[in-house]
Amino acid sequence: MELAKIETLVEKYLEAETTLAEEQQLQAYFAQDEVAPHLQEYQVLFGYFAKAKEERYTKPVPLKPKKRNYLKWASVAAVAVLMFGAYLGNDYREQKIAEQAYQDTQEALQLLAFNYSKGTEKIAYLNEFEKTKNKIFKNEQ
Amino acid sequence: MRQAEFLDIVLPFKDKVFRLAKRLLVSHEEAEDATQEVLMKLWSKNDQMQQYKNVEAFAMTMTKNYCLDKLKSKQASNLKLVHSNYEDSKVSLQRQIELEDSIDWMHKIIETLPEQQKMVIQLRDIEQYDYDEIAEMLDMKPTAVRVALSRARKEVRQQLLNKHNYGVS
Repeated sequence: MELAKIETLVEKYLEAETTLAEEQQLQAYFAQDEVAPHLQEYQVLFGYFAKAKEERYTKPVPLKPKKRNYLKWASVAAVAVLMFGAYLGNDYREQKIAEQAYQDTQEALQLLAFNYSKGTEKIAYLNEFEKTKNKIFKNEQ
Repeated sequence: MRQAEFLDIVLPFKDKVFRLAKRLLVSHEEAEDATQEVLMKLWSKNDQMQQYKNVEAFAMTMTKNYCLDKLKSKQASNLKLVHSNYEDSKVSLQRQIELEDSIDWMHKIIETLPEQQKMVIQLRDIEQYDYDEIAEMLDMKPTAVRVALSRARKEVRQQLLNKHNYGVS
């Protein structure tokens, strides 16, 4: 590129009136070894800009918080499941206790019924005795 | 948004975020921290991300704000004293040796610019955004961006010339 054009571009550059494309032309011009002596300071300038562009961020990108968020919800769900399970288990246990009580009562009632029937058997003897006694006493009257 | 999608959007400009942060904060480690912080914030906002028409510009604005806040809190503590010590040492002999390296020299020149000019020169001459994007990122008018950029470029050139003449005579 002819020097005159570069000179006008440099003027425009200092006034911040160059477009990005024009700035790239300048960049390309000053990247070569042979530069007009009176424009040498721009070689340093554009050389630096090109160099500065190469710096990279090398650390890994951290994205942990989202994961932690997910874990938080998972733990909430786990607690809910546990609570529900405990609630159901409690129900089951209560039912068991009630059944046990029912069986106990039934056993007690059976025992009562058994003894009661034993009592009525004895009363049958008594009735027999009464009948015989009546016969005897009736005869005497 | 999934992690993979997020990374597709973010990875192309993470270096730009880092370089802007480094331009403002100078220290490599602090710039890394700032970049990490900005990316984390973006990730935590990723539900709203579709609403931003330009995520990259939004990220750059976040970086700018984060770094300026950092600088302000640094100034509030006594780190400023450390900084002025550092400025003082520029006059020392060591400086002349260091500045043989023109890259280093350019770095130091840009460091002397006010924050706004630093950012404008970083975003335009290094990252090559157009004026409207820079205006959006820095919350300035496009004309103000041009004025700041012109001033910054002239100042850098002047300092380069001074150094050059000094070296010759």
